[in-house]
Amino acid sequence: MLKAKYDVVVIGAGPAGLAAAIEAKKTGAQDVLVVERAQELGGILQQCIHNGFGLQIFKRDMPGPAYAQHFIDELAGLHIDTLLDAMVLNVTSERHVHATSRGSGFVELDGRALVLSMGCRERTRAQIALPGTRPAGVYTAGTAQRFVNIEGFMPGKRFVILGSGDIGMIMARRLVFEGAKVERVLEIMPFLTGLTRNYVQCLMDFDIPLQLNHTVKRILGNNRVEAIESVQIDKQRQPIAGTEEIIPCDTLLLSVGLIPENELSRKAGVSLDPVTGGPFVDERMQTSVPGIFAAGNVVHVYDLVDWVTEAGLLCGRNAAQYAIRERKLHGRRVGIKAGNNVRYIVPHVLDKESLAESAQRLQMRVTMPIEEPVLIEVMNGEERVARKTELYVRPGEMVNIDIPQSAYDAVQRASELSVRVVRR
Amino acid sequence: MTQEHRKFICITCPRGCALDATVEGKAVVKIEGSSCKRGMDYVKGELTDPRRMVTTTVRVKGGVHPLAPVYTKTPIPKPRIFDLLAEIRKIELKAPVRFGDVVIENALGTGVDVLASRNIPAKSEAS
Ligand SMILES: Cc1cc2nc3c(=O)[nH]c(=O)nc-3n(C[C@H](O)[C@H](O)[C@H](O)COP(=O)(O)OP(=O)(O)OC[C@H]3O[C@@H](n4cnc5c(N)ncnc54)[C@H](O)[C@@H]3O)c2cc1C
Ligand code: SF4
Repeated sequence: MLKAKYDVVVIGAGPAGLAAAIEAKKTGAQDVLVVERAQELGGILQQCIHNGFGLQIFKRDMPGPAYAQHFIDELAGLHIDTLLDAMVLNVTSERHVHATSRGSGFVELDGRALVLSMGCRERTRAQIALPGTRPAGVYTAGTAQRFVNIEGFMPGKRFVILGSGDIGMIMARRLVFEGAKVERVLEIMPFLTGLTRNYVQCLMDFDIPLQLNHTVKRILGNNRVEAIESVQIDKQRQPIAGTEEIIPCDTLLLSVGLIPENELSRKAGVSLDPVTGGPFVDERMQTSVPGIFAAGNVVHVYDLVDWVTEAGLLCGRNAAQYAIRERKLHGRRVGIKAGNNVRYIVPHVLDKESLAESAQRLQMRVTMPIEEPVLIEVMNGEERVARKTELYVRPGEMVNIDIPQSAYDAVQRASELSVRVVRR
Repeated sequence: MTQEHRKFICITCPRGCALDATVEGKAVVKIEGSSCKRGMDYVKGELTDPRRMVTTTVRVKGGVHPLAPVYTKTPIPKPRIFDLLAEIRKIELKAPVRFGDVVIENALGTGVDVLASRNIPAKSEAS
Protein backbone atom coordinates (compact mmCIF):
# COMPACT_ATOMS: atom_id res chain seq x y z
CA MET A 1 0.00 0.00 0.00
CA LEU A 2 1.31 3.42 -0.92
CA LYS A 3 1.24 6.20 1.64
CA ALA A 4 0.01 9.69 0.87
CA LYS A 5 3.16 11.26 2.25
CA TYR A 6 6.74 10.01 2.50
CA ASP A 7 9.78 11.45 4.16
CA VAL A 8 11.77 10.92 0.97
CA VAL A 9 10.50 10.17 -2.54
CA VAL A 10 13.17 9.09 -5.03
CA ILE A 11 12.42 9.39 -8.75
CA GLY A 12 14.44 6.92 -10.85
CA ALA A 13 16.00 3.65 -9.64
CA GLY A 14 19.42 3.68 -11.28
CA PRO A 15 22.53 3.52 -9.11
CA ALA A 16 22.01 7.14 -8.00
CA GLY A 17 18.42 6.58 -6.89
CA LEU A 18 19.14 3.22 -5.22
CA ALA A 19 22.04 4.68 -3.23
CA ALA A 20 19.98 7.73 -2.27
CA ALA A 21 17.06 5.60 -1.07
CA ILE A 22 19.27 3.26 0.94
CA GLU A 23 21.19 6.07 2.59
CA ALA A 24 18.03 8.09 3.30
CA LYS A 25 16.55 5.12 5.15
CA LYS A 26 19.78 4.47 7.05
CA THR A 27 19.99 8.13 8.02
CA GLY A 28 16.64 7.82 9.74
CA ALA A 29 13.96 8.74 7.24
CA GLN A 30 10.77 7.06 8.43
CA ASP A 31 9.55 6.05 5.02
CA VAL A 32 11.17 6.11 1.62
CA LEU A 33 9.56 5.46 -1.77
CA VAL A 34 11.34 4.77 -5.05
CA VAL A 35 9.37 5.39 -8.24
CA GLU A 36 10.75 3.81 -11.43
CA ARG A 37 9.26 3.77 -14.90
CA ALA A 38 10.91 0.48 -15.90
CA GLN A 39 9.62 -2.87 -14.69
CA GLU A 40 12.67 -3.46 -12.56
CA LEU A 41 15.19 -1.59 -10.45
CA GLY A 42 18.75 -0.90 -11.56
CA GLY A 43 18.43 1.73 -14.30
CA ILE A 44 20.78 1.66 -17.23
CA LEU A 45 23.15 -0.75 -15.42
CA GLN A 46 20.88 -3.66 -16.33
CA GLN A 47 21.86 -3.35 -19.97
CA CYS A 48 25.56 -2.66 -19.27
CA ILE A 49 26.48 -6.34 -18.99
CA HIS A 50 30.19 -5.69 -19.47
CA ASN A 51 32.56 -5.58 -16.51
CA GLY A 52 34.47 -2.59 -15.19
CA PHE A 53 32.03 -1.51 -12.51
CA GLY A 54 32.75 -1.22 -8.82
CA LEU A 55 36.54 -0.92 -8.86
CA GLN A 56 36.53 2.15 -6.62
CA ILE A 57 33.87 1.18 -4.08
CA PHE A 58 34.05 -2.61 -3.97
CA LYS A 59 37.64 -2.97 -5.19
CA ARG A 60 36.20 -5.61 -7.48
CA ASP A 61 35.63 -5.72 -11.20
CA MET A 62 31.93 -6.41 -11.67
CA PRO A 63 29.47 -6.43 -14.54
CA GLY A 64 26.85 -3.65 -14.46
CA PRO A 65 23.93 -5.90 -13.45
CA ALA A 66 25.99 -7.40 -10.59
CA TYR A 67 26.77 -3.92 -9.31
CA ALA A 68 23.06 -3.08 -9.44
CA GLN A 69 22.10 -6.38 -7.79
CA HIS A 70 24.19 -5.50 -4.78
CA PHE A 71 22.16 -2.35 -4.12
CA ILE A 72 18.84 -3.95 -5.08
CA ASP A 73 19.45 -6.64 -2.45
CA GLU A 74 20.42 -4.07 0.15
CA LEU A 75 17.32 -2.01 -0.61
CA ALA A 76 15.09 -5.06 -0.26
CA GLY A 77 16.29 -5.58 3.32
CA LEU A 78 15.49 -2.03 4.40
CA HIS A 79 11.68 -1.82 4.04
CA ILE A 80 11.83 0.76 1.30
CA ASP A 81 8.66 1.01 -0.80
CA THR A 82 8.98 0.70 -4.56
CA LEU A 83 6.55 1.65 -7.29
CA LEU A 84 7.66 0.05 -10.57
CA ASP A 85 6.33 0.44 -14.08
CA ALA A 86 5.40 3.94 -12.96
CA MET A 87 6.20 7.10 -14.87
CA VAL A 88 6.42 10.33 -12.92
CA LEU A 89 4.61 12.95 -14.99
CA ASN A 90 4.88 16.03 -12.86
CA VAL A 91 6.60 17.38 -9.77
CA THR A 92 5.74 20.69 -8.12
CA SER A 93 8.00 22.96 -6.13
CA GLU A 94 5.94 21.95 -3.06
CA ARG A 95 7.16 18.39 -3.68
CA HIS A 96 3.85 17.03 -4.84
CA VAL A 97 4.37 14.12 -7.23
CA HIS A 98 2.03 12.89 -9.98
CA ALA A 99 2.72 9.48 -11.48
CA THR A 100 0.93 6.98 -13.65
CA SER A 101 1.53 3.27 -13.28
CA ARG A 102 0.20 0.16 -14.89
CA GLY A 103 -0.52 -1.43 -11.51
CA SER A 104 -1.92 1.47 -9.48
CA GLY A 105 -3.24 3.85 -12.14
CA PHE A 106 -2.85 7.55 -11.48
CA VAL A 107 -1.00 8.21 -8.23
CA GLU A 108 -0.52 11.47 -6.33
CA LEU A 109 1.68 11.74 -3.27
CA ASP A 110 3.92 14.10 -1.35
CA GLY A 111 7.50 13.98 -0.21
CA ARG A 112 8.97 16.00 2.64
CA ALA A 113 12.09 15.76 0.50
CA LEU A 114 12.50 14.65 -3.12
CA VAL A 115 15.45 13.10 -4.89
CA LEU A 116 15.65 13.57 -8.64
CA SER A 117 17.68 10.71 -10.15
CA MET A 118 16.24 10.28 -13.63
CA GLY A 119 19.60 9.71 -15.32
CA CYS A 120 20.24 10.80 -18.87
CA ARG A 121 19.16 10.17 -22.41
CA GLU A 122 21.18 9.62 -25.55
CA ARG A 123 21.47 12.22 -28.26
CA THR A 124 19.60 11.05 -31.34
CA ARG A 125 20.02 11.52 -35.06
CA ALA A 126 17.76 14.58 -35.02
CA GLN A 127 19.99 16.32 -32.50
CA ILE A 128 23.13 15.96 -34.60
CA ALA A 129 21.38 16.62 -37.91
CA LEU A 130 22.65 13.74 -40.07
CA PRO A 131 21.85 14.29 -43.75
CA GLY A 132 20.67 11.59 -46.14
CA THR A 133 17.70 9.27 -46.50
CA ARG A 134 15.72 8.03 -43.50
CA PRO A 135 15.88 4.26 -43.81
CA ALA A 136 15.49 1.72 -41.00
CA GLY A 137 18.73 0.69 -39.35
CA VAL A 138 19.81 3.84 -37.52
CA TYR A 139 19.86 3.39 -33.74
CA THR A 140 21.44 5.01 -30.74
CA ALA A 141 24.08 2.72 -29.23
CA GLY A 142 22.11 2.44 -25.99
CA THR A 143 18.97 1.29 -27.76
CA ALA A 144 21.00 -1.36 -29.58
CA GLN A 145 22.57 -2.31 -26.24
CA ARG A 146 19.13 -2.92 -24.79
CA PHE A 147 18.06 -5.01 -27.80
CA VAL A 148 21.14 -7.20 -27.72
CA ASN A 149 21.67 -7.56 -23.96
CA ILE A 150 18.16 -7.68 -22.52
CA GLU A 151 15.63 -8.32 -25.22
CA GLY A 152 17.76 -10.77 -27.16
CA PHE A 153 17.80 -9.72 -30.79
CA MET A 154 20.37 -8.25 -33.12
CA PRO A 155 19.52 -4.99 -34.85
CA GLY A 156 21.77 -5.81 -37.85
CA LYS A 157 24.74 -7.75 -39.23
CA ARG A 158 27.17 -5.13 -40.55
CA PHE A 159 27.70 -2.04 -38.45
CA VAL A 160 29.28 1.38 -38.56
CA ILE A 161 29.47 3.22 -35.24
CA LEU A 162 29.59 6.99 -35.07
CA GLY A 163 31.28 8.22 -31.90
CA SER A 164 34.12 6.77 -29.84
CA GLY A 165 32.38 7.13 -26.48
CA ASP A 166 32.42 4.17 -24.11
CA ILE A 167 28.97 2.94 -25.03
CA GLY A 168 29.90 2.90 -28.72
CA MET A 169 33.17 1.01 -28.18
CA ILE A 170 31.62 -1.45 -25.76
CA MET A 171 28.83 -2.12 -28.22
CA ALA A 172 31.37 -2.69 -31.01
CA ARG A 173 32.89 -5.58 -29.04
CA ARG A 174 29.51 -6.87 -28.00
CA LEU A 175 28.30 -7.03 -31.61
CA VAL A 176 31.44 -8.90 -32.63
CA PHE A 177 30.77 -11.38 -29.80
CA GLU A 178 27.33 -11.96 -31.26
CA GLY A 179 28.72 -12.69 -34.72
CA ALA A 180 28.29 -9.29 -36.39
CA LYS A 181 30.90 -7.37 -38.35
CA VAL A 182 31.82 -3.88 -37.19
CA GLU A 183 33.27 -2.12 -40.22
CA ARG A 184 34.40 1.09 -38.59
CA VAL A 185 34.19 3.40 -35.62
CA LEU A 186 34.21 7.06 -36.69
CA GLU A 187 35.05 9.91 -34.36
CA ILE A 188 34.63 13.54 -35.36
CA MET A 189 37.06 14.78 -32.69
CA PRO A 190 40.84 14.45 -33.05
CA PHE A 191 40.89 12.27 -29.91
CA LEU A 192 39.10 9.29 -28.38
CA THR A 193 36.10 10.41 -26.31
CA GLY A 194 35.82 7.22 -24.22
CA LEU A 195 38.31 5.52 -21.90
CA THR A 196 41.60 4.33 -23.40
CA ARG A 197 41.13 0.92 -21.80
CA ASN A 198 37.98 0.49 -23.86
CA TYR A 199 39.90 1.33 -27.00
CA VAL A 200 42.33 -1.49 -26.12
CA GLN A 201 39.94 -4.17 -24.95
CA CYS A 202 37.00 -3.40 -27.27
CA LEU A 203 38.54 -2.21 -30.54
CA MET A 204 42.22 -3.16 -30.69
CA ASP A 205 41.65 -6.67 -29.34
CA PHE A 206 39.23 -7.37 -32.19
CA ASP A 207 40.90 -5.37 -34.96
CA ILE A 208 38.03 -2.90 -35.29
CA PRO A 209 39.32 0.16 -37.14
CA LEU A 210 38.89 3.58 -35.51
CA GLN A 211 39.16 6.76 -37.56
CA LEU A 212 39.56 10.05 -35.72
CA ASN A 213 38.61 13.33 -37.45
CA HIS A 214 35.97 11.46 -39.42
CA THR A 215 32.22 11.68 -39.52
CA VAL A 216 29.20 10.45 -41.45
CA LYS A 217 28.49 12.68 -44.41
CA ARG A 218 25.39 10.89 -45.61
CA ILE A 219 23.29 7.80 -45.04
CA LEU A 220 22.44 5.72 -48.10
CA GLY A 221 19.58 3.27 -48.62
CA ASN A 222 15.84 3.48 -49.07
CA ASN A 223 14.05 1.01 -46.82
CA ARG A 224 17.12 -0.14 -44.95
CA VAL A 225 20.56 1.37 -44.52
CA GLU A 226 22.76 0.10 -47.37
CA ALA A 227 25.90 2.11 -46.71
CA ILE A 228 27.16 5.30 -45.19
CA GLU A 229 29.45 7.84 -46.73
CA SER A 230 32.22 8.89 -44.38
CA VAL A 231 34.38 11.96 -44.72
CA GLN A 232 37.45 13.35 -43.04
CA ILE A 233 37.12 16.77 -41.43
CA ASP A 234 39.65 19.54 -40.93
CA LYS A 235 40.44 21.59 -37.83
CA GLN A 236 37.46 23.87 -38.45
CA ARG A 237 35.25 20.78 -38.56
CA GLN A 238 34.70 21.23 -42.28
CA PRO A 239 34.57 18.16 -44.55
CA ILE A 240 37.69 17.75 -46.69
CA ALA A 241 36.64 17.21 -50.32
CA GLY A 242 38.01 14.07 -51.90
CA THR A 243 38.24 12.09 -48.63
CA GLU A 244 34.74 10.60 -48.92
CA GLU A 245 34.41 6.84 -48.63
CA ILE A 246 31.36 4.64 -49.10
CA ILE A 247 31.26 2.03 -46.32
CA PRO A 248 28.67 -0.70 -46.97
CA CYS A 249 26.70 -1.64 -43.84
CA ASP A 250 23.12 -2.37 -42.79
CA THR A 251 23.12 -0.53 -39.45
CA LEU A 252 24.49 2.74 -38.13
CA LEU A 253 24.84 3.17 -34.37
CA LEU A 254 25.09 6.62 -32.87
CA SER A 255 27.16 7.04 -29.74
CA VAL A 256 27.20 10.81 -29.76
CA GLY A 257 26.71 11.81 -26.19
CA LEU A 258 24.23 11.88 -23.35
CA ILE A 259 21.98 14.65 -22.08
CA PRO A 260 20.67 14.83 -18.50
CA GLU A 261 16.94 14.09 -18.39
CA ASN A 262 15.44 17.19 -16.75
CA GLU A 263 11.86 17.67 -17.94
CA LEU A 264 10.64 17.03 -14.40
CA SER A 265 13.22 19.32 -12.83
CA ARG A 266 12.00 22.10 -15.10
CA LYS A 267 8.39 21.51 -14.07
CA ALA A 268 9.40 21.73 -10.41
CA GLY A 269 10.95 25.12 -11.07
CA VAL A 270 14.52 23.90 -10.49
CA SER A 271 17.09 26.15 -12.22
CA LEU A 272 19.34 24.39 -14.67
CA ASP A 273 22.96 25.00 -15.61
CA PRO A 274 23.13 25.58 -19.37
CA VAL A 275 26.55 23.91 -19.52
CA THR A 276 25.77 20.60 -17.78
CA GLY A 277 22.10 20.57 -18.71
CA GLY A 278 21.45 19.52 -15.10
CA PRO A 279 20.26 21.40 -12.00
CA PHE A 280 22.40 23.84 -10.07
CA VAL A 281 23.22 22.11 -6.80
CA ASP A 282 24.88 23.03 -3.51
CA GLU A 283 27.34 20.88 -1.56
CA ARG A 284 24.47 18.80 -0.21
CA MET A 285 23.15 18.16 -3.73
CA GLN A 286 20.17 20.39 -3.03
CA THR A 287 18.76 22.16 -6.08
CA SER A 288 17.55 25.75 -6.18
CA VAL A 289 14.20 24.53 -4.79
CA PRO A 290 14.45 23.76 -1.05
CA GLY A 291 13.80 20.10 -0.30
CA ILE A 292 14.44 18.96 -3.87
CA PHE A 293 17.76 17.16 -4.23
CA ALA A 294 19.41 15.62 -7.30
CA ALA A 295 22.08 12.99 -7.96
CA GLY A 296 23.68 11.03 -10.75
CA ASN A 297 23.56 11.58 -14.46
CA VAL A 298 20.61 13.92 -14.05
CA VAL A 299 23.11 16.44 -12.61
CA HIS A 300 26.01 15.87 -14.98
CA VAL A 301 27.13 12.91 -17.03
CA TYR A 302 29.48 10.67 -15.04
CA ASP A 303 32.03 8.30 -16.52
CA LEU A 304 32.27 5.98 -13.50
CA VAL A 305 29.30 4.50 -11.73
CA ASP A 306 31.15 4.54 -8.37
CA TRP A 307 30.99 8.32 -8.33
CA VAL A 308 27.31 8.14 -9.18
CA THR A 309 26.76 5.95 -6.14
CA GLU A 310 28.78 8.30 -3.99
CA ALA A 311 26.68 11.27 -5.14
CA GLY A 312 23.54 9.23 -4.47
CA LEU A 313 24.63 8.47 -0.89
CA LEU A 314 25.38 12.12 -0.17
CA CYS A 315 22.09 13.19 -1.69
CA GLY A 316 20.08 10.56 0.23
CA ARG A 317 21.65 11.52 3.54
CA ASN A 318 20.83 15.19 3.06
CA ALA A 319 17.34 14.52 1.76
CA ALA A 320 16.63 12.44 4.88
CA GLN A 321 18.01 15.13 7.18
CA TYR A 322 15.86 17.70 5.43
CA ALA A 323 12.76 15.54 5.83
CA ILE A 324 13.49 14.84 9.50
CA ARG A 325 13.94 18.55 10.17
CA GLU A 326 10.79 19.31 8.23
CA ARG A 327 8.80 16.80 10.28
CA LYS A 328 10.18 18.10 13.59
CA LEU A 329 9.56 21.67 12.60
CA HIS A 330 6.03 20.73 11.67
CA GLY A 331 5.40 19.41 15.21
CA ARG A 332 6.97 22.53 16.65
CA ARG A 333 4.84 24.87 14.62
CA VAL A 334 1.72 26.48 15.87
CA GLY A 335 -0.78 28.42 13.78
CA ILE A 336 -1.85 31.93 14.83
CA LYS A 337 -5.48 32.76 14.10
CA ALA A 338 -7.19 36.14 13.83
CA GLY A 339 -9.85 36.26 16.58
CA ASN A 340 -12.33 38.88 17.74
CA ASN A 341 -11.94 42.20 15.84
CA VAL A 342 -8.68 41.13 14.17
CA ARG A 343 -8.69 41.21 10.36
CA TYR A 344 -5.37 39.43 9.86
CA ILE A 345 -2.21 38.60 11.74
CA VAL A 346 1.40 38.12 10.68
CA PRO A 347 3.23 35.78 11.03
CA HIS A 348 0.65 33.09 10.34
CA VAL A 349 2.69 30.37 12.03
CA LEU A 350 5.26 30.36 14.79
CA ASP A 351 8.09 27.97 15.58
CA LYS A 352 7.55 27.30 19.29
CA GLU A 353 11.29 27.04 19.84
CA SER A 354 11.83 30.58 18.57
CA LEU A 355 10.82 31.81 22.03
CA ALA A 356 13.86 30.11 23.50
CA GLU A 357 15.92 32.72 21.66
CA SER A 358 13.87 35.89 21.85
CA ALA A 359 10.41 37.39 22.24
CA GLN A 360 8.34 37.18 19.07
CA ARG A 361 6.51 40.13 17.61
CA LEU A 362 3.06 39.74 16.02
CA GLN A 363 1.60 42.40 13.76
CA MET A 364 -2.08 42.84 12.92
CA ARG A 365 -4.81 45.14 11.76
CA VAL A 366 -8.20 45.39 13.44
CA THR A 367 -11.53 45.10 11.62
CA MET A 368 -13.45 47.91 13.41
CA PRO A 369 -12.19 51.03 15.18
CA ILE A 370 -12.60 51.18 18.99
CA GLU A 371 -12.08 54.67 20.40
CA GLU A 372 -11.54 53.63 24.03
CA PRO A 373 -8.95 51.53 25.91
CA VAL A 374 -8.66 47.94 24.66
CA LEU A 375 -6.91 44.72 25.65
CA ILE A 376 -4.95 42.82 23.01
CA GLU A 377 -4.66 39.20 24.03
CA VAL A 378 -2.87 36.14 22.62
CA MET A 379 -4.88 33.11 23.72
CA ASN A 380 -4.38 29.36 23.79
CA GLY A 381 -8.05 28.46 24.08
CA GLU A 382 -9.05 29.98 27.46
CA GLU A 383 -5.46 30.39 28.64
CA ARG A 384 -3.89 33.79 28.11
CA VAL A 385 -0.36 33.67 26.72
CA ALA A 386 0.36 37.40 26.30
CA ARG A 387 -1.46 40.71 26.77
CA LYS A 388 -1.08 44.40 26.07
CA THR A 389 -3.26 47.50 26.40
CA GLU A 390 -3.83 50.31 23.90
CA LEU A 391 -5.82 53.54 24.34
CA TYR A 392 -7.66 52.94 21.04
CA VAL A 393 -7.37 50.85 17.86
CA ARG A 394 -8.11 51.86 14.26
CA PRO A 395 -7.97 49.76 11.04
CA GLY A 396 -5.59 52.31 9.49
CA GLU A 397 -2.98 51.83 12.22
CA MET A 398 -1.07 48.59 12.58
CA VAL A 399 -1.02 47.00 16.03
CA ASN A 400 1.94 45.07 17.50
CA ILE A 401 2.13 42.66 20.37
CA ASP A 402 5.16 40.70 21.59
CA ILE A 403 4.92 37.17 22.92
CA PRO A 404 7.50 37.31 25.75
CA GLN A 405 10.06 34.59 26.38
CA SER A 406 8.34 33.96 29.71
CA ALA A 407 5.41 32.53 27.69
CA TYR A 408 7.63 29.70 26.42
CA ASP A 409 5.95 26.96 28.49
CA ALA A 410 2.43 28.15 27.76
CA VAL A 411 3.15 28.21 24.03
CA GLN A 412 4.59 24.66 24.14
CA ARG A 413 1.16 23.44 25.31
CA ALA A 414 -0.70 25.18 22.48
CA SER A 415 -2.03 23.50 19.38
CA GLU A 416 -3.29 26.81 18.06
CA LEU A 417 -2.99 30.44 19.15
CA SER A 418 -5.53 33.17 18.51
CA VAL A 419 -5.36 36.90 18.96
CA ARG A 420 -8.31 39.08 19.97
CA VAL A 421 -8.94 42.73 20.64
CA VAL A 422 -11.57 43.50 23.31
CA ARG A 423 -12.78 46.53 25.30
CA ARG A 424 -11.27 46.76 28.75
CA MET B 1 68.94 -11.66 -26.43
CA THR B 2 68.18 -8.22 -27.85
CA GLN B 3 66.13 -5.70 -25.97
CA GLU B 4 63.20 -4.00 -27.63
CA HIS B 5 60.76 -1.22 -26.69
CA ARG B 6 57.07 -1.93 -26.73
CA LYS B 7 54.10 0.23 -25.91
CA PHE B 8 51.13 -0.98 -23.90
CA ILE B 9 48.03 0.59 -22.46
CA CYS B 10 47.25 -0.92 -19.09
CA ILE B 11 43.58 -1.90 -18.88
CA THR B 12 43.60 -3.01 -15.26
CA CYS B 13 41.81 0.11 -14.12
CA PRO B 14 40.03 3.05 -15.80
CA ARG B 15 43.12 5.21 -15.58
CA GLY B 16 44.56 3.46 -18.64
CA CYS B 17 48.25 4.31 -18.18
CA ALA B 18 50.35 4.37 -21.34
CA LEU B 19 53.31 2.10 -20.61
CA ASP B 20 56.70 2.08 -22.29
CA ALA B 21 58.19 -1.33 -21.72
CA THR B 22 61.68 -2.58 -22.39
CA VAL B 23 61.40 -6.30 -23.04
CA GLU B 24 63.77 -9.11 -23.78
CA GLY B 25 61.84 -11.94 -25.40
CA LYS B 26 59.07 -12.64 -22.95
CA ALA B 27 60.78 -10.99 -20.00
CA VAL B 28 60.20 -7.42 -18.92
CA VAL B 29 63.36 -5.47 -18.21
CA LYS B 30 61.65 -2.29 -17.08
CA ILE B 31 58.54 -0.24 -17.59
CA GLU B 32 57.86 3.47 -17.54
CA GLY B 33 54.58 5.35 -17.29
CA SER B 34 52.71 3.17 -14.83
CA SER B 35 50.98 4.83 -11.91
CA CYS B 36 50.98 1.70 -9.78
CA LYS B 37 52.67 -1.65 -9.60
CA ARG B 38 49.86 -3.49 -11.32
CA GLY B 39 51.17 -1.98 -14.58
CA MET B 40 54.12 -4.38 -14.40
CA ASP B 41 51.84 -7.37 -13.87
CA TYR B 42 49.79 -6.30 -16.84
CA VAL B 43 52.76 -6.14 -19.19
CA LYS B 44 54.05 -9.51 -17.93
CA GLY B 45 50.61 -10.96 -18.58
CA GLU B 46 50.37 -9.48 -22.06
CA LEU B 47 53.73 -11.00 -22.98
CA THR B 48 53.19 -14.47 -21.61
CA ASP B 49 49.48 -15.14 -21.18
CA PRO B 50 47.15 -12.29 -22.17
CA ARG B 51 43.76 -12.68 -20.51
CA ARG B 52 40.44 -10.91 -20.62
CA MET B 53 37.23 -10.96 -18.66
CA VAL B 54 34.38 -12.11 -20.88
CA THR B 55 30.83 -10.91 -20.41
CA THR B 56 27.95 -12.04 -22.57
CA THR B 57 24.43 -13.39 -22.26
CA VAL B 58 22.89 -16.83 -22.07
CA ARG B 59 19.36 -17.83 -23.03
CA VAL B 60 16.82 -18.32 -20.24
CA LYS B 61 13.52 -20.16 -20.42
CA GLY B 62 10.53 -18.84 -18.50
CA GLY B 63 12.22 -15.74 -17.12
CA VAL B 64 11.15 -12.10 -17.05
CA HIS B 65 13.77 -11.57 -19.76
CA PRO B 66 14.81 -14.04 -22.49
CA LEU B 67 18.49 -13.62 -21.51
CA ALA B 68 20.65 -13.62 -18.43
CA PRO B 69 23.95 -11.71 -18.40
CA VAL B 70 26.96 -13.82 -17.40
CA TYR B 71 30.65 -13.19 -16.72
CA THR B 72 33.86 -15.11 -16.24
CA LYS B 73 34.82 -15.10 -12.58
CA THR B 74 38.41 -14.28 -13.52
CA PRO B 75 39.97 -13.43 -16.89
CA ILE B 76 40.40 -16.23 -19.41
CA PRO B 77 43.15 -16.59 -22.06
CA LYS B 78 42.45 -14.15 -24.86
CA PRO B 79 42.76 -16.71 -27.69
CA ARG B 80 39.93 -18.75 -26.13
CA ILE B 81 37.32 -15.99 -26.09
CA PHE B 82 35.43 -17.12 -29.19
CA ASP B 83 35.53 -20.80 -28.14
CA LEU B 84 33.99 -19.78 -24.84
CA LEU B 85 31.30 -17.71 -26.54
CA ALA B 86 30.41 -20.72 -28.74
CA GLU B 87 30.20 -22.88 -25.61
CA ILE B 88 27.94 -20.43 -23.83
CA ARG B 89 25.69 -20.17 -26.88
CA LYS B 90 24.82 -23.86 -26.52
CA ILE B 91 23.33 -23.36 -23.08
CA GLU B 92 19.80 -22.55 -22.05
CA LEU B 93 19.04 -21.90 -18.38
CA LYS B 94 15.72 -22.27 -16.66
CA ALA B 95 14.34 -19.39 -14.58
CA PRO B 96 14.70 -18.48 -11.81
CA VAL B 97 18.37 -17.63 -12.15
CA ARG B 98 20.21 -16.27 -9.11
CA PHE B 99 23.10 -13.85 -9.03
CA GLY B 100 26.31 -15.87 -8.74
CA ASP B 101 24.81 -19.14 -10.06
CA VAL B 102 27.49 -21.18 -11.79
CA VAL B 103 26.47 -21.38 -15.43
CA ILE B 104 29.56 -23.30 -16.59
CA GLU B 105 32.07 -24.84 -14.22
CA ASN B 106 35.72 -24.84 -15.29
CA ALA B 107 34.92 -23.47 -18.72
CA LEU B 108 36.99 -25.12 -21.52
CA GLY B 109 39.24 -26.57 -18.84
CA THR B 110 40.65 -23.13 -18.03
CA GLY B 111 39.73 -23.49 -14.38
CA VAL B 112 37.50 -20.43 -14.69
CA ASP B 113 33.78 -20.54 -13.86
CA VAL B 114 31.13 -18.62 -15.75
CA LEU B 115 28.64 -16.98 -13.34
CA ALA B 116 25.27 -15.27 -13.64
CA SER B 117 25.53 -11.48 -13.20
CA ARG B 118 22.05 -10.95 -11.75
CA ASN B 119 18.77 -12.53 -10.70
CA ILE B 120 16.33 -13.39 -13.45
CA PRO B 121 13.06 -14.19 -11.67
CA ALA B 122 10.65 -16.63 -13.30
CA LYS B 123 7.79 -14.93 -15.11
CA SER B 124 5.16 -15.81 -12.51
CA GLU B 125 7.52 -15.06 -9.63
CA ALA B 126 7.89 -11.44 -10.75
CA SER B 127 5.85 -8.94 -8.80
C1 LIG C 1 22.93 3.74 -22.83
C2 LIG C 1 23.89 4.04 -21.72
C3 LIG C 1 24.97 3.18 -21.48
C4 LIG C 1 25.88 3.44 -20.46
N1 LIG C 1 26.93 2.61 -20.30
C5 LIG C 1 27.81 2.85 -19.30
C6 LIG C 1 28.89 2.01 -19.06
O1 LIG C 1 29.08 1.09 -19.82
N2 LIG C 1 29.72 2.23 -18.01
C7 LIG C 1 29.53 3.27 -17.16
O2 LIG C 1 30.29 3.43 -16.20
N3 LIG C 1 28.52 4.11 -17.37
C8 LIG C 1 27.67 3.93 -18.42
N4 LIG C 1 26.67 4.80 -18.65
C9 LIG C 1 26.56 5.89 -17.75
C10 LIG C 1 25.59 5.45 -16.70
O3 LIG C 1 24.36 6.00 -17.03
C11 LIG C 1 25.98 5.84 -15.29
O4 LIG C 1 27.18 5.24 -14.92
C12 LIG C 1 24.92 5.44 -14.27
O5 LIG C 1 24.19 4.31 -14.65
C13 LIG C 1 24.02 6.59 -14.07
O6 LIG C 1 23.14 6.31 -13.00
P1 LIG C 1 21.87 7.14 -12.72
O7 LIG C 1 21.24 6.51 -11.56
O8 LIG C 1 22.20 8.57 -12.67
O9 LIG C 1 20.96 6.97 -14.04
P2 LIG C 1 20.25 5.69 -14.71
O10 LIG C 1 20.96 4.44 -14.47
O11 LIG C 1 20.03 6.11 -16.12
O12 LIG C 1 18.85 5.62 -13.94
C14 LIG C 1 17.82 6.55 -14.12
C15 LIG C 1 16.50 5.85 -13.89
O13 LIG C 1 15.46 6.81 -13.81
C16 LIG C 1 14.33 6.31 -14.46
N5 LIG C 1 13.48 7.43 -14.84
C17 LIG C 1 13.78 8.48 -15.66
N6 LIG C 1 12.75 9.32 -15.77
C18 LIG C 1 11.75 8.82 -15.01
C19 LIG C 1 10.41 9.25 -14.72
N7 LIG C 1 9.90 10.36 -15.25
N8 LIG C 1 9.66 8.49 -13.88
C20 LIG C 1 10.17 7.36 -13.34
N9 LIG C 1 11.42 6.91 -13.58
C21 LIG C 1 12.20 7.63 -14.41
C22 LIG C 1 14.89 5.53 -15.62
O14 LIG C 1 13.97 4.56 -16.09
C23 LIG C 1 16.13 4.90 -15.00
O15 LIG C 1 15.88 3.64 -14.46
C24 LIG C 1 25.73 4.57 -19.65
C25 LIG C 1 24.64 5.42 -19.89
C26 LIG C 1 23.74 5.18 -20.90
C27 LIG C 1 22.58 6.13 -21.14
S1 SF4 D 1 49.22 0.98 -14.07
FE1 SF4 D 1 47.93 0.98 -12.26
S2 SF4 D 1 46.94 2.98 -12.34
FE2 SF4 D 1 47.78 2.63 -14.38
S3 SF4 D 1 46.08 1.70 -15.51
FE3 SF4 D 1 47.31 0.03 -14.68
S4 SF4 D 1 46.28 -0.47 -12.76
FE4 SF4 D 1 45.56 1.56 -13.36
